[in-house]
Amino acid sequence: MSVRFGVVRFPGTCDEIDALRACAAVGDAELLWHGDADLKDVDVVVIPGGFSYGDYLRVGALARFSPVMGEVVKFAESGGAVLGICNGFQILAESGLLPGALLPNLSLRFVCREVDLVVGTDRTPFTSGFDVGETIEVPAKHRCGRFYVPDDQLAELKANDQVLFRYADGHNPNGSVDDIAGVCNVAGNVAGLMPHPEHAVDALMGSLDGLRMFASAAGRAGVAA
Amino acid sequence: MAETATLPQFPDVPAGTVPEGTPPDVAAAIALGLTADEYALVVEQMGRNPTQVELAMFSLMWSEHCSYKHSKKLLGTLPTEGESLVLGPGENAGAVQAANGWIAAFKVESHNHPSAVEPFQGAATGVGGILRDIFALGARPVAVLDALRFGEPQDSERSRFLLDGAVSGIGHYGNLIGVPNIGGDLYFEGPYETNCLVNAMAIGLVRKETMMFSAAKGVGNALVVFGASTGRDGIGGASVLASAELGEDDADKRPTVQVGDPFEEKKVMECSLELLERGLIVSLQDCGAAGLTSAASEMASKGEVGLDVDVALVPLREDGLEPFEIMVSESQERMLCVAAPDKLDEVLAVCAKWEVYGSAFGQVTDTQRFRIFDGGTLVGDMPVPALVDDCPMYDIYPEKPTSSLYPAPPRRIADDATPGEILKALLASPNLADRTPLFQQYDQMVQSRTVRRPGTAGAAVLAIPDAADRLAPHEIHAAEIGAAPGFEGDHNHDPESARPGIAASIDGSGRRVAADPYAGTIWNVLECASNLATVGARPLGLTNNLNFGNPEKPAIAWQLTESIKGLGDACRALDVPVVGGNVSLYNEGTTGPIYPTPVIGMVGELPDSRTTAPLGFANDGDVVAGVGFSFPQIPLSELSKLRGGEIPDGLPGWDLAVARETIEAVRDAVRRGDLSSCTDVAEGGMAVAITESAIAGGKGVTLDLRGGVGMDREDWKERLAQEGKSLATDEEILFGEAPANFIVSGTPDALAQLGESVWVRNLGVVGGDRVSITCGDLALDESLEDLTAAWSGGLKPYFP
Repeated sequence: MSVRFGVVRFPGTCDEIDALRACAAVGDAELLWHGDADLKDVDVVVIPGGFSYGDYLRVGALARFSPVMGEVVKFAESGGAVLGICNGFQILAESGLLPGALLPNLSLRFVCREVDLVVGTDRTPFTSGFDVGETIEVPAKHRCGRFYVPDDQLAELKANDQVLFRYADGHNPNGSVDDIAGVCNVAGNVAGLMPHPEHAVDALMGSLDGLRMFASAAGRAGVAA
Repeated sequence: MAETATLPQFPDVPAGTVPEGTPPDVAAAIALGLTADEYALVVEQMGRNPTQVELAMFSLMWSEHCSYKHSKKLLGTLPTEGESLVLGPGENAGAVQAANGWIAAFKVESHNHPSAVEPFQGAATGVGGILRDIFALGARPVAVLDALRFGEPQDSERSRFLLDGAVSGIGHYGNLIGVPNIGGDLYFEGPYETNCLVNAMAIGLVRKETMMFSAAKGVGNALVVFGASTGRDGIGGASVLASAELGEDDADKRPTVQVGDPFEEKKVMECSLELLERGLIVSLQDCGAAGLTSAASEMASKGEVGLDVDVALVPLREDGLEPFEIMVSESQERMLCVAAPDKLDEVLAVCAKWEVYGSAFGQVTDTQRFRIFDGGTLVGDMPVPALVDDCPMYDIYPEKPTSSLYPAPPRRIADDATPGEILKALLASPNLADRTPLFQQYDQMVQSRTVRRPGTAGAAVLAIPDAADRLAPHEIHAAEIGAAPGFEGDHNHDPESARPGIAASIDGSGRRVAADPYAGTIWNVLECASNLATVGARPLGLTNNLNFGNPEKPAIAWQLTESIKGLGDACRALDVPVVGGNVSLYNEGTTGPIYPTPVIGMVGELPDSRTTAPLGFANDGDVVAGVGFSFPQIPLSELSKLRGGEIPDGLPGWDLAVARETIEAVRDAVRRGDLSSCTDVAEGGMAVAITESAIAGGKGVTLDLRGGVGMDREDWKERLAQEGKSLATDEEILFGEAPANFIVSGTPDALAQLGESVWVRNLGVVGGDRVSITCGDLALDESLEDLTAAWSGGLKPYFP
């Protein structure tokens, strides 16, 4: 049985087709519509990047109220695997499924560049195919990607092994605290990151490292190695 | 069963009924931008004085921006035929045949005056407008490129403000809508100080069967406006702002600049593409300059039909808009489509799904008249041909100016600067410095097609999907073998698994056109074709944006005439058809006219995007060679600019046959995979081209530009003699500029093969961490680290 991925599409989502293609490479994949409170019995939910609802009010702030997110929260609370990429990460943080907040980059400018990421934990479905400490190359592109938590929560995150990825030395594009590029929840089933693994699935475009995250979630860890 | 949407109902008004309202006088027409003679012609065409709505619509349709009344005759001389051509000038964009049955639609447009008045919104809506032109054809936009021109940022607070605002606006719009920005060009010159240029080019992909045209079809069909609501923004943009010179009090013109909402456009784009995919509409058109007036009358004109519309049915964003305001508003993110009555329900349901307004506000008629109703009241009734076709065409009266129109640029370096100092000054100068501070503000990888991004090669490269719209090899394999394969990459170069692509470049230095409008324009075309060749691409078609001053002045008329002549000759020499373009005139600020700036955008095809030569040197020990025959010029060069040199009067002619030979030989070598790196020689000459390859590859070189193998070829000497020249000077070889010259690297065998068809001079080898160049009596030897620092720091201060 092939793993079934659902990729959520909001008005303003930009990277849903990229994510759908990445998922389809390792399993079955279909789009989920923001207005439907229905996850179509998928095994993994991916919330892709873009600018849901135009980023109006605050990044991710409106999307969390859409009908599909109610189901995503229930799915996550029952242990379902959920990955948020960029705007998806922002939405998961706004929904309270992931800790922290994504603030405007220190430069106050959009930044698009390749970054090196160091794997922080391999206990999530999306990083089980990596070794902790391994460095991978994935592009980042965002204007509000500066991960922030207060010091006490940062200590908790580290104690709970919730750091999914850190930017490698010199690669932090936005001023994130402790170079954090992605985090997971305490249980490890919900993960989010600012860089874009769905754009790193083809050697011709520069990197295949991102595909390994989807392969991990599909239980195909190791195929890509 | 869904509720049936009602078609708009129009009262039965007999033909010839005079619309309601007191007609305005000739003074009102002049205030709207028409001349007294043009007003008289409108009266003659109508057989009566036009009403307020009619006058507003005529003033826009007969503006330079919409009618091309000063340039249409000249544009008719451009070649528009080619074997790959699918759609030539006349539709919303041109289109050429790419690989795997995909058609590439593309066009460039300017948004100069709005950007000079309000750079963020001006540039943002420029991107929005060109994207709508692309998806109006049914094509999904896959790339944006831009050409930007500002005054010199070192000297001018205003130029820094315009630069930062325009770059932010372009990024804001393109990033949010999810279309990658894959390249562009950028120049800073004094004459753009008060009239900056913002030209945006977009490329889309479409299948032949889903391509859509703008001609309104089917008497009785509904005309639907969908997307954003209509407000008072951008009233008179095409006439008052775009078709007049800029003056001191242009802050007053801010209300004529539209405000963009890329989120709205994203929804409108997805809505349009879904309407087409489901076959619900029979024609589609974007609302751009001159709003509903231009969009609807063009649709009627192309379809040779009439239209009745009711402005009371147009969704408004504020109360109390007059009918004329609704008809001329340039509110952004609006489209028009025509649908059969039995499809109307579904059309409006798709609009509702994407949360955009949709309203059937008009109907196709067989009258060839454009009638405007406000509820039950007729407020305008015009013959469509009078609006669209009967604007008077003007001759222009070219006369070469007796002295330069442009002051010399300020001096930046001393005459006795050493070659090393010159090189560093060139690399740090805004025209040549690292563009990363701009490009990193743009999403370059959304849609996952971008093979070559800005800064990695001479032109941008996008992979073309297969016929079933699958992009990556694993998608194709997965479908074929029913399972995902191992992801070992795609280094297999057998032709069976070739991954075709398209390449794109946009180029257009104005300074060289100011020196010689004919030869300078040819140079711009050759530069664009050269950039495509560096990635192995053959040009399929060309779009252009002709940015000039006021054509009613003889000197500007001369620039325009000569430039279009050069454009035509270059296109014919390269066998590249012009698929469309845009003309932006009256680009004059308080400091005089801009440099004449024909911006050239080209799209080319490459059979396999896995073999594109990078910009950077790749292997220690590779041989570096100069390729090409064009004689390098100092008087027009960046070096001359840094020395405060006047613009020369005239450029030498380029041998177009030799240039084409060189470009094609380099392209073929790249396609064979023979070259480790490839770049064309542009601003700053060979020294800068070599250094850019060294910086991009992180590898030094040791070269002798005079002593290389192949320097003494008899045929070169003969050609020089034919041109009446002796050997180039040391400085000309190092820093001189000319089209269709390249710096390449590769194995000696590969370069020998290239040398069989064109002139190749082996100059030295790749290696070490210094750029060490001798050229006769001149020499430079600089560390790669210092050169990189100079280059990468040039633009950073302007993006704090």
